Amino acid sequence: MDAKFVLKLYITGNTPKSEKAIKNLRQISEEELKNKYEIKIVDVLENPQLAEDEKIIATPTLIKELPPPLRRIIGDLSDTDKVLLGLDIQKKIG
Amino acid sequence: MNRFVKKLETGITGFDEIANGGIPTGRTTLVSGTSGSGKTVFAAQFLAEGIRHKNQNGVFVTFEEPTEDIRNNLASMDWDIKKWEEEKKWAFVDASPHPGQETFETGEYDFGALLARIENAIKKVSAKRVSLDSLGAIFSQFENSGIIRRELFRLAYGFKSMGITVIMTAERLEEYGDIARHGVEEFVSDNVVILRNTLEAEKRRRTVEILKFRGTTHHKGEYPFTIMPGEGIVAIPISSIELKQSSSDLRITSGSEVLDRMCGGGFFRDSIILVSGATGTGKTLTVTQFIGGGMRNGEKCVLFAYEESREQLFRNARGWGFDFEEMEKKGYLKVICQYPETAGLEDLLINIRHTIEEFGPSRVAVDSLSALERCSTAKGFREFVISVTSYLKMKEIAGLFTATTPTLMGGTSVTEAHISTITDSIILLRYVEMLGEMRRGITVLKMRGSMHEKEILEFNIDSGGMHIGKPFRNVMGILSGQVQHLDEEEYKRMSDMFK
Repeated sequence: MDAKFVLKLYITGNTPKSEKAIKNLRQISEEELKNKYEIKIVDVLENPQLAEDEKIIATPTLIKELPPPLRRIIGDLSDTDKVLLGLDIQKKIG
Repeated sequence: MNRFVKKLETGITGFDEIANGGIPTGRTTLVSGTSGSGKTVFAAQFLAEGIRHKNQNGVFVTFEEPTEDIRNNLASMDWDIKKWEEEKKWAFVDASPHPGQETFETGEYDFGALLARIENAIKKVSAKRVSLDSLGAIFSQFENSGIIRRELFRLAYGFKSMGITVIMTAERLEEYGDIARHGVEEFVSDNVVILRNTLEAEKRRRTVEILKFRGTTHHKGEYPFTIMPGEGIVAIPISSIELKQSSSDLRITSGSEVLDRMCGGGFFRDSIILVSGATGTGKTLTVTQFIGGGMRNGEKCVLFAYEESREQLFRNARGWGFDFEEMEKKGYLKVICQYPETAGLEDLLINIRHTIEEFGPSRVAVDSLSALERCSTAKGFREFVISVTSYLKMKEIAGLFTATTPTLMGGTSVTEAHISTITDSIILLRYVEMLGEMRRGITVLKMRGSMHEKEILEFNIDSGGMHIGKPFRNVMGILSGQVQHLDEEEYKRMSDMFK
C-alpha cells in the first residue's frame, strides 16, 4: 500500500491566485492520489505565525510534508507536470 | 534642515552628521556595498541604536543568513539581540534559503506571505524601523526575476503606507560600478548610501558615501569609517566639524619659560602646535616639557606615544625630572603607547577620541605623527590629522604634535608639508654643524595670531632638560641645511648694511 500524502497549501486571502491553486490542487490530488491524501489550507493573513515557522515567502506555496522528502512547490500549480514532479508522482498512462 | 522631508536619526556615530540629521523618515534607504563592506552591521546597528537610544523598536528581515548566525555574529558588538527579542523590541523575519530543500515553481505567485509576516512582526513589536538584509539573496531563491521586481516594489510601497523607515541592503560587485547587482534595488528606494572597502597601498580603507537623498540635503563625497567591537560602525565626518570652533586668547605655558617668551607669551589654549626636527633634536623632550608644564598647573594631560615604549618614555622623563608614573597614579596623566602598525588610522582616531572623552584632558600630545604617516596613505593621513585637530579644537584642548624630518640637517618632513596649514604654530628643532661640532637650534616658524621671535636660538640638552641660549649670530643657512659661517668682520659689515 502506498503511503499517505500530507499536503499543506499556504495562501494569502481569497485572491484569484489562491482560488486557482486550491482548484488545481484538488483536481490533481483527486486524479492521482485518490483517497490517499490529506489537504490542509493555511491562510497566511489569518495565521502569520504559521508562515513564520515554516519560513514561507511566496504564496501560494504547497508543502509536501509526507511522504519524505519535504518539498516546496511554489505558484498556482497550473503546470501540472511540474507539480507531479514535485510530489514524486508518476503520471498514470492513459 | 528641509521642512518637507523629515529625518530620522539613525544613531550610527558620525553618520547622522554626514546625512544632515539622519535618513528620511518613512522612506526606504538602500545601503549598497561589496561583500564584507559592513552592510549587515549597518542594517543591524540601525535597529540597535533605535532600541538603545530612541525607544524605537525594529524588525530585521534576513534573506541571506539564518537568524541564529546573525545573533551570534553581532554578539561581538555587545548587542544582546536575544534579550531584545524577549522584551519584544526586536523581531526577526527569517527569509533565508532552505538548504537541501528542492523548490518547484508551477505558476503565478507573489510575496504575499512575506509581506504578511513582516506586517505581523511590525505589529508584534510596534516597530518604527525595519532592516532588510540583503535583497540580492532573494534573486537566488526564485527563478522569475520579473515577479521579484514587481514584489519588491509592492514591499516598498507597503512600508511607505505604514510610515516605516527602512534600510535595505544590496550587494554590488565592484567598488566603483553599478549601484547594485540586480539593477532593480536602487529603483525601489528613494535614497542610496554606498559602503566601500577598498585596498589602497596595501591598507584597507572603509568609506561611506551618500549618493542620493530624494528631496533633501546631505554631505557629499566619501567619509572614512571603521567597525569597532562593542560599538559597530563609527563614521568620521571630516569637513562637517571643521571651522566651527571659536578661538581663545588664553595662553598656556609650553613648559619652558624661554620658549614661552619666544612664542610671545606661551601657546594659545586651543591651538595646535607642530614640533618638527630630525631624530635626536629634542622632540620628545619638548613633549615631556609641555606635559610637565601642564601638570605643574594642575592640568590633565594625555600622551599618545607611537614610537617609544612606556618604559623608555618614563625613564627619559625621569631623567629630565618628571615623574610620569606618579602623575599617572594621581590621575593627572594618561600615557597611551601603541604601535600604529597594529591598527588602522581610523581605529587609532576613535581610540584617541574615546580616551579624551573619558579622561577629559586640557592638553594632548602626539609623538610622533610621522610614525602614523608611515602606515597610511597620504589622503588617509591628512584626513586623520584634520579629524584630530578639529576634534581638539572643538573640545578646546591644546595639541602638540611632533614630526620627524628625514635628513639630519635642514629639510622639511613630509608630515609638515601635509599638515602645516592646519596647525597654528610650528616650532623647528634643527642640527647646526659648527666647526666640527653638532649643535642644536630652535626657532618659532609660525605663531598664528601672535607676535613671536624670529631668531634661531641655540639650545642644549642635559639632565635638567632643555636650555635655550643665545641666537646663532654668525651662521647662515641653518634651515636649508647649507650652513655657512661668517667671521666677526663679515657679520658686522652685513649688520651695518641693513641698519
